[in-house]
Amino acid sequence: MLTTKEKVEIEKAMSAVPVRKAAGIEALKIVQGQRGWISDETLCDVAEYMDVSPEELDSVATFYNLLFRKPVGRHIILVCDSISCWVMGYEGIVTALQEKLKITFGETTPDLRFTILPNCCLGCCDAAPAFMIDNELFRNVTVDQLDDILNRYE
Amino acid sequence: MDKPLTQHIRPDKKPLSLKEYEAVGGYQALKKALKGMTPKDIQNVVKESNLRGRGGAGFFTALKWSFVPLDAPQPKYLIANADEMEPGTFKDRILLESTPHQMIEGMILSAFAIQATESFVFLRWAYKVAAETIERAIHEAYSAGYLGKNILGSGFDLTMHLHTGVGRYMCGEETALLNSLEGKRATPRAKPPFPQVSGLFGRPTIVNNVETLCNIPHIVNQGADWFKKLSRTQDSGTKIYGVSGKVKRPGAWELPMGVTMRELIEEYAGGMKDGLKFRGALPGGASTDFLVEEHLDVKMDYASVAAAGSRLGTGTLVVLDDHTCPVGFVKNLEHFFAQESCGFCTPCREGLPWVERILESIEEGDGKAKDLDLLHMHTRQLGPGNTFCALAPGAMEPLQSALKYFKSDFEQHIHEQRCPYNPIPVTLENV
Repeated sequence: MLTTKEKVEIEKAMSAVPVRKAAGIEALKIVQGQRGWISDETLCDVAEYMDVSPEELDSVATFYNLLFRKPVGRHIILVCDSISCWVMGYEGIVTALQEKLKITFGETTPDLRFTILPNCCLGCCDAAPAFMIDNELFRNVTVDQLDDILNRYE
Repeated sequence: MDKPLTQHIRPDKKPLSLKEYEAVGGYQALKKALKGMTPKDIQNVVKESNLRGRGGAGFFTALKWSFVPLDAPQPKYLIANADEMEPGTFKDRILLESTPHQMIEGMILSAFAIQATESFVFLRWAYKVAAETIERAIHEAYSAGYLGKNILGSGFDLTMHLHTGVGRYMCGEETALLNSLEGKRATPRAKPPFPQVSGLFGRPTIVNNVETLCNIPHIVNQGADWFKKLSRTQDSGTKIYGVSGKVKRPGAWELPMGVTMRELIEEYAGGMKDGLKFRGALPGGASTDFLVEEHLDVKMDYASVAAAGSRLGTGTLVVLDDHTCPVGFVKNLEHFFAQESCGFCTPCREGLPWVERILESIEEGDGKAKDLDLLHMHTRQLGPGNTFCALAPGAMEPLQSALKYFKSDFEQHIHEQRCPYNPIPVTLENV
């Protein structure tokens, strides 16, 4: 079931575009913003509300890297794995992160605190290596900063 | 040295508010255009300026605009491509975060030039600071009457919306971007029809890069001759160049079009880190051919870089040093392209993962002699004309040039069955 708030926001997104269906990505962002990820049930609810088929909406949802069709943790670590970060020591950062959190890419810690995902170039190649946690960007990261950074997230 | 795009960026990089932007001459070009210029006048001055698109392809901006039928019924669309996602590229971020009104003014002028009444900023999801900055600046521009109905009493209307993407490299390709804005998967569209005639929701649409748009107010204000004189070569204007990799001072700088790769690396980036030597660089992002030592004095403009066998692309160099494995470097690039292939056409969907697997096996010490032939075959079969869009041909550019310039590295990997850049792992046999 979509909440009233979600319905209001999706309605607003649909009214902003000439074709209602065009608000599909926006609608998925809205429900993910509320729920953290998009379950099959949520996807079907959005599709029904927008009057599109779940298959069509899922073809969109599964296409984009930042729409999550599996549960994620409270905080998402997106590690830049593109070329400048790779040159500047990405592998050391990833190994240390994975050892500290005892999970690998695509996994979530058992306490649901973190999910760690690889990510394409974050556009701060002059300050590599870099990663994001939720909305925050960390640049020029070194392995010995990791504990301090991770401790900021509950 | 004139630096029109970045001259007003504050040392702390905080964005200029509307008032601050106006205080340094902001929106003067818009006032000038709406008072005394026709859409054709703007197209003409941009045409005379020879401005070329700064997103990577380098197409002439005014020529792109000229395909829009000015008398077509509304709506027409103007879109800022702020989906900067080319690996190694970090130039538009600076403009988006620090001078949002410069881009917005450029968008309004460009929209007027093609008589579009609706506009979008298609922004990368990762640029969180830019999202706030642009949202606030759009709001300020509406409040000041630079956006909305009857802008500055001219009778020209323009709406502007910020759209943040959900992450896919393909969104940078303009027709895929349009599909994404329509709520679809970001797969490229067949051309023709070109977006200028049938783009967003089937309407005439122009998609311009952020840096391109930021140049427009300055060209309108100061003229085509001034813009040409900013450059050292036949390609006019300035360019925001960048350098990343193991150099002393990685960064981005606005410089005259046509500075050399040597100046960028040795002067602006401070040279290589101590103990390292330059081996090569991608001149303009992941999808450009390597340039090597013999090219250090190549001018970084469209024609000169093309003559050297590569592309200017985004103008942000990624440097390869002599302690970094070229095979691993290219493997990282091909992993990116394989992952970001939209899967729509077969050669790209099937070919890129194949390339990645071959590179992986070479890097891990399982390479076979015939692997090099297979890689060469892919550079031809995924080359221009064999795929639906430019993603796979772009992916082949660094590969084909690496096979040429770093051939001995590939052969050594295969011959020694290991990566020579990695220390020999300690095993029971070699203790």
